[in-house]
Amino acid sequence: MTMQLTHSVSLTPPADKARARASAAAAGIRTEPKLVRIAVITLAVLFLTVFVVLPLVVVFAQAFSKGIAAYLAALSEPEAQSAIRLTLLVAAISVGLNLLFGVIAAWAIAKFEFNGKTFLISLIDLPFSVSPVISGLVFVLLFGAQGYWGAWLREHDIQILFAVPGIVLATTFVTFPFVARALIPLMQEQGTQEEEAAISLGASGLQTFFRVTLPNIKWGVLYGVLLCNARAMGEFGAVSVVSGHIRGETNTMPLFVEILYNEYQFVAAFGIASLLAMLALVTLVIKAILERHLDEGQP
Amino acid sequence: MSIEVRNLIKRFGSFTALDGVDLKVENGELLALLGPSGSGKTTLLRIIAGLDWPDEGEVAFNGEDALARGARERNVGFVFQHYALFRHMTVFENVAFGLRVQPRAVRKNEAGIRARVKELLDLVQLDWLADHYPNQLSGGQRQRIALARALAIEPRILLLDEPFGALDAKVRKELRKWLRSLHREINLTSIFVTHDQEEALEVANRLVVMDKGRIEQIGSPGDIYDNPASAFVHGFIGESIVLPVEVAEGSVRFGGSLLNIAPDGAACGASKLFVRRHEMAVGPSGSGVFEGTVHHVRSFGPVQRAEVALAGGEVIEIDAPRGKELHAGDTVGLQPRRYRIFAA
Amino acid sequence: MGLTLTWLSVIVLIPLAGLFLRTLELSPEQFWSILSSRRTLNALRISFGLAFAAACVNLVMGTIIVWALVRYRFPGRRLFDAIVDVPFALPTAVAGVALTALFAEKGWLGAPLAELGVKVAFTPIGIFVAMVFIGIPFVVRTVQPVLLDLDPEIEEAAACLGANRWHTIVRVILPSLTPALLTGLALAFARAVGEYGSVIFIAGNLPNVSEIAPLLIVIRLSEFRYADATAIAVVMLVVSFVIIFAVNRLQRWARSRIPAD
Repeated sequence: MTMQLTHSVSLTPPADKARARASAAAAGIRTEPKLVRIAVITLAVLFLTVFVVLPLVVVFAQAFSKGIAAYLAALSEPEAQSAIRLTLLVAAISVGLNLLFGVIAAWAIAKFEFNGKTFLISLIDLPFSVSPVISGLVFVLLFGAQGYWGAWLREHDIQILFAVPGIVLATTFVTFPFVARALIPLMQEQGTQEEEAAISLGASGLQTFFRVTLPNIKWGVLYGVLLCNARAMGEFGAVSVVSGHIRGETNTMPLFVEILYNEYQFVAAFGIASLLAMLALVTLVIKAILERHLDEGQP
Repeated sequence: MSIEVRNLIKRFGSFTALDGVDLKVENGELLALLGPSGSGKTTLLRIIAGLDWPDEGEVAFNGEDALARGARERNVGFVFQHYALFRHMTVFENVAFGLRVQPRAVRKNEAGIRARVKELLDLVQLDWLADHYPNQLSGGQRQRIALARALAIEPRILLLDEPFGALDAKVRKELRKWLRSLHREINLTSIFVTHDQEEALEVANRLVVMDKGRIEQIGSPGDIYDNPASAFVHGFIGESIVLPVEVAEGSVRFGGSLLNIAPDGAACGASKLFVRRHEMAVGPSGSGVFEGTVHHVRSFGPVQRAEVALAGGEVIEIDAPRGKELHAGDTVGLQPRRYRIFAA
Repeated sequence: MGLTLTWLSVIVLIPLAGLFLRTLELSPEQFWSILSSRRTLNALRISFGLAFAAACVNLVMGTIIVWALVRYRFPGRRLFDAIVDVPFALPTAVAGVALTALFAEKGWLGAPLAELGVKVAFTPIGIFVAMVFIGIPFVVRTVQPVLLDLDPEIEEAAACLGANRWHTIVRVILPSLTPALLTGLALAFARAVGEYGSVIFIAGNLPNVSEIAPLLIVIRLSEFRYADATAIAVVMLVVSFVIIFAVNRLQRWARSRIPAD
């Protein structure tokens, strides 16, 4: 046997043998030929560059196209300032509301068994899959001049549409799922054992919630709030429908971008846009950090 | 098909998985690679299959350089520990896969493929599962389907990586017997990797015991059990009593006192004495080279297992035959019938 | 529990119920005449048609991006991985003005394309581009975890059985990813159909040519033709429901193929 082996191996010149082996080894089991690899990477990088990186770069390039002074001047316009203030206000209210009810909803879904749970989860998801324009439309149908409650509201001189309450409602609608969605899987995974242990040790319901449940889900809560906030500040379609575009009063930052853009005030438009783009980038960085914490929390 | 492996070296970063392995597998053999995890047995199997590449060394099938070919040209049947069945295919399509991806020139027609798959499903006695999906099968059934799939391409050798590792004890025992009889039937050169000595001793014609990337011993099951070549093999195969001894010219000392046994060719210096549990004869006090006090006895089946504290304080477990019952508190003499001494 | 339902009702259910009630006030003839008007039909056709085309591009390119990110190591890989999320996070109005500036006739990409005779901004192609942008993360983020978790042994098994790399990818890997790929496709499609902010700037908004359905809703609202707006919205909503339902079924199907152990 050994004789035979030596014989047949020596028949192949060493250089050829090395080359054959190298090529066999290179045709690895779980990878593709080098040319294919390079082509796939190039295509992926090119596509992401054209469709994602360049638009992002354009925002900043346009914002600073007339220099930093013009940029800062555009941002310090009173109307710009009021748009920024309104955006912060609306985001604060709707994030606050959705935080509160998102935690409660997730808690109810994750820790209790009841009929129609799947249906309830689907309902919570609904605003994700509805066009933002439709989200705005439903509020116009309720509160608008021809809406169900329009006449009553006018009689009592309550302004919802084309005013801050309408914007808050529409924003709350479109950001409804974020907190609950971030928490449901997390809380389901954690189960109810720790809560049961706490209660068996004599903790009250509220003590259990604040001392056991909340610390376990804090990163999930932050994660949900972060995404909720990004969407709340950036929402355009729904807010556009309910706002009425009253300058200095019902313009959030995204709406103000549209107005400035349509008036060919490009530096100002992209100036505000650049603030929103930075918000998006900061959100992504914090998201990456939170994801690391969430991963660590897992067994 | 015979397999010859010469001086294989494989490193993963600073870890040496294989450290100069030589092995010859004869045609039609059923060989077990046995060792603890990290001993390199799976790496060796994967290199033979072409799933990994050695840093140095030769692999030859029937004298032909195998390293010049990739896994897909080696015609090797490989059975994975976790089955690696294709979840989206039925059992039938899983087994047919290897036939369907053959080059057009040699590929069977549909009727030929059907006949061959049928034949293999009959061989593994699971023809009634042809239309099921893998997730509808039990673990043992999945592993048999994985084997049928590997055999479909008429491999020249069959490699099995911990084939029964993920199964529960009862199914393992059944499949062991089944694998042995299947091997008799198809008579294909086969290597299987296991960390379970019982499995290796029961299934294989020949055993290769590996540790730390090296082959410790090659031999028949009986040979390896009775004549372990190293301290590692003695400790790894079967249950052993291990006692620290000092070997000097022609004498063996244990805890300062001279033992009345020969060093049996062991080198001088600190050593270890290995005795199988059942090779330690129990007699009345003073009848053996060791004296001890019985602490505790458990009897089951044909043996009584006794915990005995030796004079020096060491506690050992011995298996004595039933009949002359031992009791806690007895003082006994112990005499090794067979023993081995290896350098510590 | 009661609180959850109340809140859900106030914010989500009552508004949506209002929408359907509105539709019920329309007679079937009215409803039909609104939907069958040329402008409505064209808007729906543009939204659904281009969204489907964009989702298909996302499916192919998303798969390529996932493959590159998961299987290969190249400089900047982690950065590009993070960049995939930008269309999620970037406010749609910002995306809209940025894409328009990029693809306008004097834009960085618009200028060279114009020389080739391709006009992107203010044409249906522009709508398509915006929809592709908005859909990228959906395919990538649904397929990526599945490819990461794919058992390497199934590829080794395929190779041992003699399959070449192409066969392994087409017959073993891609079929394993199918549920995730279809889910990603459906999600990208649903998002693109309803997309408003990033599309309207680049679209041109010419009735019957480059006017999307959500924009037509807004226009009808500003004309106080609530019935028209509602009818279009209901059609879109029903399609969204069908898509959610389909995605849920897909997920269940995917789970049923995972081994029970």
